Amino acid sequence: MKLNKILTTAAMALGLATTAMAEEPTKVGFVYVGPVGDGGWTYEHDQGRLAVEEEFGDKVETVYVESVPEGPDAERVMTQMALDGADLIFTTSFGFMDPTVNVAKKFPNVKFEHATGYKRAENLSTYGARFYEGRAVLGHIAGSMTESNIVGYIGSYPIPEVIRGINSAFIHAREANPDVEFKIIWAYTWFDPAKEADAAKVLIEQGADVIFQHTDSTAPQAAAQNAGDVITFGQASDMAEYKPKPRVSSIIDNWAPYYIERVRAVMEGTWESTDTWGGIASGMVEIGEITDVVPDDVKAEALAIKDSIASGEYHPFTGPINKQDGSQWLAEGETADDGTLLGMDFYVEGLTGKIPQ
Amino acid sequence: MLKLEKRPQPSQVWIYLTPLIAVLATMLAGSALFAFLGKDPAVAIRTIFWDPLFSEFAFYYRPQLLVKGAPLVLIAIGLSLGFRAGIWNIGAEGQYIIGALTGAGVGLAFYPMEAWFVFPLMVIAGALGGWAWAMIPGLLKVKFGTNEILVSLMLVYVAEQLLASMSLGLMKNPEGMGFPGSRNLQHYESAHNAELFTGTGMHWGVVVAFLAVITAYVLLNRHILGYHIRLTGQAPRAARFAGVVPARMILFCLGTAGALAGLAGMFEVAGPAGQVSIDFNVGYGFTAIIVAFLGRLHPVGILLAGALMALTYIGGEIAQSQLGLPAAAIQLFQGMLLFFLLAIDVMTNYRLAWQRREVA
Repeated sequence: MKLNKILTTAAMALGLATTAMAEEPTKVGFVYVGPVGDGGWTYEHDQGRLAVEEEFGDKVETVYVESVPEGPDAERVMTQMALDGADLIFTTSFGFMDPTVNVAKKFPNVKFEHATGYKRAENLSTYGARFYEGRAVLGHIAGSMTESNIVGYIGSYPIPEVIRGINSAFIHAREANPDVEFKIIWAYTWFDPAKEADAAKVLIEQGADVIFQHTDSTAPQAAAQNAGDVITFGQASDMAEYKPKPRVSSIIDNWAPYYIERVRAVMEGTWESTDTWGGIASGMVEIGEITDVVPDDVKAEALAIKDSIASGEYHPFTGPINKQDGSQWLAEGETADDGTLLGMDFYVEGLTGKIPQ
Repeated sequence: MLKLEKRPQPSQVWIYLTPLIAVLATMLAGSALFAFLGKDPAVAIRTIFWDPLFSEFAFYYRPQLLVKGAPLVLIAIGLSLGFRAGIWNIGAEGQYIIGALTGAGVGLAFYPMEAWFVFPLMVIAGALGGWAWAMIPGLLKVKFGTNEILVSLMLVYVAEQLLASMSLGLMKNPEGMGFPGSRNLQHYESAHNAELFTGTGMHWGVVVAFLAVITAYVLLNRHILGYHIRLTGQAPRAARFAGVVPARMILFCLGTAGALAGLAGMFEVAGPAGQVSIDFNVGYGFTAIIVAFLGRLHPVGILLAGALMALTYIGGEIAQSQLGLPAAAIQLFQGMLLFFLLAIDVMTNYRLAWQRREVA
């Protein structure tokens, strides 16, 4: 195709230009799905970007575009970054997958990294984090702390990543408390403070005294604070301003080490297309401080789970686990393989309600 | 002292001057905003308005203007007919979604059969889908006298829920590893609304948008129906005496707007977007309202206004990535455009006059 050719030529010309002028800083682009001030998902990616700047100083130049809609607009933003001479582009939302694939095809000399997707190419890596490991720790706290035995869960979209989190949290909440029930609300958004707050209020009205969220804003934290005796967990970011209560702990995405490593690889010419799925062990998933609202014994148990996951001694999905319909998924002692986890589209036994179809 | 005085006739000069002054005022106020954010206002304005057209990479941005502007123009043309007749369809976003769903639905139903008739059928289905969705507020208004503003707006949220349900259920890609979203129509040749000439951005939606502009122009200036539309808006009583049936007028205007919005959605889903996904709609249906008014509800004006809005989107993105301007600043900048337009519009119907203070 002609456009491809033009773009490729432009990209190659730029590629040559960068090699010719070795002094040129490495240019790294970031495409964000939300605003950098969301206090959650995008905020943490931007912290990773800032860490890259801090690490490499003058040798790197970073650019970003925030609140990019998933679709043709994303494709244009990426193309524009590539045209402007970006050497490496991180696209940080699942919905950027096909646009990233398209743009990566047009710019073979630019490296791309897509978060949470599964399509790779010669110049396109994927990366994600095993958030379900963190959910296991928080699930234990939730199950131990609830008095109403009702845990509310705000889901974003019913995609494998979110379903994994629900299953992991539920399994470990049930282990701590066999009577616990989960109520799940789908918000169909990653970031919409008004919708997220409404979802939290509805769950609290239905008797939930623990709220999980898999959405990015701090609105559910604020709703829980207003409601009084409800606890929450920070999502993606520490959300420390809601300490010590409602936020009693958090899952923190720490992208900085990965971003620094990948930028260095581009600088040194050692970048290769890979699939990275880091967890607690690699530091990509962190558990935020567990506050004093949580009793000491529960805190100790939670930290023990965390340590055993980190050491590789324990896998959060270890059998026996049945699927929701009662059929066997994992036999005694068996652990889930990554393939099944990546495509997880079922609830485990004990969860009520259905995954939206 | 200065006083606003109603003009006996709306000023012809100001009708045309208003959009220009609004754009200039937006540039000025925007410059102040960018300066407060610590950016060089001249560079920011140049990046937004000049770079997409004339910079080094304009060969990529110019076609993108067509891609971004076409749905805006197509929807705005449909809306402008109703707005002229005093029929307020605020729900074009919903009609856009439904058109995309019906259009893509037909395409997906034929997958993987390659045949020439798949795409034309999708076009028809898209138009019908949008039309049918717009008929809901239309019929409710005609039969029960409901307010079409509220009904059409509320139906946007219904359409969004339907879109989510389709992405997760019926239209979900069976090979998508459990992720939501349909198959990518870009990879299904018979259904793909590809560029007609590679590298030009020209797809069928752009062609239809231009055709819509021409048709609307002829309709409004040369056809009795266009005359009736204008008459209904300006003098409803006189229109009735002239033989206009209000119910038919309402259904025609809403139906046309719905069909065009549906077409826009269908061309988008089969082309630039490629797939039905939960976040498929990005607000074209709402932005088109601004485009319609910025273009003075005139077909040619709408064409220009659509191009201008597309320019601010694309230039805005460049400004974000090159100058580090926050997305909110760009949105504010776009919002100012409508604000100044409405504010300066006062001059069309009023004039400034010196009034001597009367001595008591």
